[in-house]
Amino acid sequence: MAISVESLSVSRGGINLLEGLDIELNSGQAGILRGPNGVGKTTLLRALAGLQPVETGKIQYSIDDVCYSGHADGVKPTLTVRENLEFWADIFGHHSISEAAEQFMISDFLDLKVGTLSAGQKRRVGLSRLGLTGRSVWLLDEPTVSLDQTSVSIFENIIKDHLLKNGCALIATHIDLGLEDSAKIINLSKYQPQSGKLSRSDEAFV
Amino acid sequence: MIALIFRDLRIAIRVGGGFGLSLAFFFIIVIFFPFAIGPNLELLSKVAPGTLWIGALLACLLSLERIFALDFEDGTLDLLATSPLPLEGVVMAKALVHWLTTGLPLVFISPFLGILLGLQNISVLFLVMSLLLGTPALSIIGTFGAALTAGMKRGGLLLSLLVLPLYIPTLIFGAEAARRGIEGFEIQSSILLLLGVTLLSWAILPFAAASVLRINLR
Repeated sequence: MAISVESLSVSRGGINLLEGLDIELNSGQAGILRGPNGVGKTTLLRALAGLQPVETGKIQYSIDDVCYSGHADGVKPTLTVRENLEFWADIFGHHSISEAAEQFMISDFLDLKVGTLSAGQKRRVGLSRLGLTGRSVWLLDEPTVSLDQTSVSIFENIIKDHLLKNGCALIATHIDLGLEDSAKIINLSKYQPQSGKLSRSDEAFV
Repeated sequence: MIALIFRDLRIAIRVGGGFGLSLAFFFIIVIFFPFAIGPNLELLSKVAPGTLWIGALLACLLSLERIFALDFEDGTLDLLATSPLPLEGVVMAKALVHWLTTGLPLVFISPFLGILLGLQNISVLFLVMSLLLGTPALSIIGTFGAALTAGMKRGGLLLSLLVLPLYIPTLIFGAEAARRGIEGFEIQSSILLLLGVTLLSWAILPFAAASVLRINLR
């Protein structure tokens, strides 16, 4: 099993968002998180990525397999696409960026500064980091924002490819990714707490 | 970690990276001192070590906010925190880059400014030595302060208020070492204390800054 979550509760800003959440994903399987804005998709993904503590519950997985990709791309506008990718490749101990660049169709503008790219191109650069990490569990937060239809379908294929290689992905998204038939759909609104009671608040500067 | 150091150095020297701003600020502050005090060379050479130290401190402060703010805003810090690189390593790399782009250039131009303020040949040497040993402490303490205010938009003023008191030991021992050297007293004790402050802050603060960052990233 790639990732398993048992009766998990997470909170943000002192308010409980999700309670009693169970997720089980096997290698080669994708999970799609659904739910209205503010239901706790981002909070859940950040908790799974280890960026934020969980209130109660158990998460079973190896944190070293996890690759998180959030709303922000984490690319530097004053560096070229190549420099950005090479940096992440170095950090994750890989050395070739050409494969990932080809996969995400950004080979044509490798030597342009990221600051001159369009939002969609920038997003593709940010997502291509996934191919550089060599990690098997992808946690993706709205990965298709500002991508055009062609890029979305390219991205679909990349995810399918990743699943075929025994990877696993948990994706928060509002659009149809074409994975819905095989993927596990997790509707987070079912796990909202009955009362919106305040949990203990120890967050910084709240 | 080396990749992070090279990336940040590269960003610093690109357009808008802010390299040289602190240096220019330092230069201007020190040049303004004779305007304010008057052309009394004897007096100027007496206050020179203190002037240069205060100048270095303020110049250092000016560039602290950038250390984490940009990486926090564009999500890089989230990604670094989930990467194989430990956050303590990230903090040390950031502090080192800050020193290389701010502290070290200050050390290099300080002899010229020292002469401008009427210091004699050998005296300049003591000043350079005290700055060389003390500015790394300014960088790592400042990086800790930047980590504390990382989540805040426009936290610059708060950052200054938090960091300045922490600079006191470095300032006291650094300026003291330079002054004693210039006046011909033995300097071993103040140099050792200055070095102690620098080494201690490099040993402890990366851990403190990393845990503060973890809280700010939640």
